[in-house]
Amino acid sequence: MTSALEIIGLSIAFGQGNSRVQAVDHASFRVEPGRSFGIIGESGSGKSTILRAITGLNDAYTGEILIDGKLLQARRSKEFFKTVQMVFQDPYASLHPRRMIRATLAEPLEIHNFDQKDQRISQVLRDVGLAPEFAYRYPHQLSGGQRQRVAVARALLLEPRILLLDEPSSALDVSVQAGVLNLLDALRRTHGLTYVLVSHDLRVVAHMCSRVAVMTQGKIIEELSADDLRNQSAKTEYTRQLIQASRGKAPA
Amino acid sequence: MTEPLLSVRNLRVAYPSAHGYSDALRGVSFNIGQEKLGIVGESGSGKSTAGRAIMRLLPPKAVVTADEMRFAGIDLLAASEKQMRDIRGGRIAMVLQDPRYALNPMKTVEAQIMESCHLHAKCSRAEAREQSLAMLEDVHIRDPKRVTKLYPHELSGGMGQRVMIAMMLIARPEIVIADEPTSALDVTVRRQILDILNERVEAQGAGLILISHDLPMVADFCDRVLVMYGGQIMEELAASDLDKANHPYTVALNESLPPLDHKVEKLTVPDHDPCWLEQIQ
Repeated sequence: MTSALEIIGLSIAFGQGNSRVQAVDHASFRVEPGRSFGIIGESGSGKSTILRAITGLNDAYTGEILIDGKLLQARRSKEFFKTVQMVFQDPYASLHPRRMIRATLAEPLEIHNFDQKDQRISQVLRDVGLAPEFAYRYPHQLSGGQRQRVAVARALLLEPRILLLDEPSSALDVSVQAGVLNLLDALRRTHGLTYVLVSHDLRVVAHMCSRVAVMTQGKIIEELSADDLRNQSAKTEYTRQLIQASRGKAPA
Repeated sequence: MTEPLLSVRNLRVAYPSAHGYSDALRGVSFNIGQEKLGIVGESGSGKSTAGRAIMRLLPPKAVVTADEMRFAGIDLLAASEKQMRDIRGGRIAMVLQDPRYALNPMKTVEAQIMESCHLHAKCSRAEAREQSLAMLEDVHIRDPKRVTKLYPHELSGGMGQRVMIAMMLIARPEIVIADEPTSALDVTVRRQILDILNERVEAQGAGLILISHDLPMVADFCDRVLVMYGGQIMEELAASDLDKANHPYTVALNESLPPLDHKVEKLTVPDHDPCWLEQIQ
């Protein structure tokens, strides 16, 4: 079976000479269709940089990115964005403050020449658990959880098969986070989506994903299943520390 | 029981809005002595407002009333601005959420810690310098001599938070209010920062109010927990009993957290019962 997404030896560096930073160092992983793959790590470990490289926001990478077994060119085609969409971390920053939700949601449809824009917008808003009337509001009239739902709706509009989620719930309260995570999980099942979820919160990753990669200093040091994560049967010392820290106990 | 350090009775805060006043705090009462008190709740529950009201740091248009807000015999509501300057940062200190915004970007670490020491401990510059170096060592900064010459943008998040703790604790306050001191930090650094805070607070015999939305962390760290919702205290309980909470709101908050040790099909999304918003007598 071909993987929905495969990454082989991805390396990304920023800066020149002495200030050169190897943000991602030979990262490789594959995600099967319909599965959810998690990447955890501290800030600066390079986890978001991988997602930005996949979407083409950063094209200065070496290594190979394959979607459905096909190698991606450095410049992403329009077709690519119908397959892969990204949800960003902060819903307070990722929605245009001066545009109505309807305008924000209509933009991808216009770019890709979709018909029946209004129906699609109402449908996608219903899918993410918002009333269609929300299309006529501005972002500042929505709560954090509602905004993140709009951001998810925008990513879903083009009917992608792969969603890249960059810390989708870290700007939200735990009670609101529960709602957004349930929604994402339900959408994955009903639409058969493939997720790559980046988070620093082990709880979120363990709940959402079946396989998890642990990153530190640009390297994927370990890949394990969510069950291993729960049983604390991690191989590397770093992962064990990370699990301990998330459990709120002092590292032994 | 000994006299509490700070006692708050029926604290109310309201902001003027288009339709009269909207209440941010609706009758909050608690005491704190030499202990670690946690305040948990969602955004907008009023936990930070409570912390700021004690420091009298709310914007002037906020209407603050209380039957009593007494700190070591001083009525905080009636205290003059001169008295407050002495209390704020001197006797009650506040550690804020994000060191990137809370430290002055134009001043070196040394200048900021020395300023706090100079103002509140009334010591000479040389003494202040010496004390700030010692304090940086106390918060486990490895090379204090180098760090003290740095500007805030050159510090990592964890280091910045240690500098802020050093700056706040150098005046030997009697109460430390820590408003989400670790939510801007990585999980691996969180524990260290809490341990340092704990160590300093215990060494100086101060009381600590830890404001946070992170239930497991508060349960692990504090002695006593207040759970807030809609500007009121829903429940007060010993931190070790947090998982045996009675109030439906606390139970729902606990359940909405993805568990680490077993798989659940679906997370519980708390329903907010409107009757929780009704005035508790």
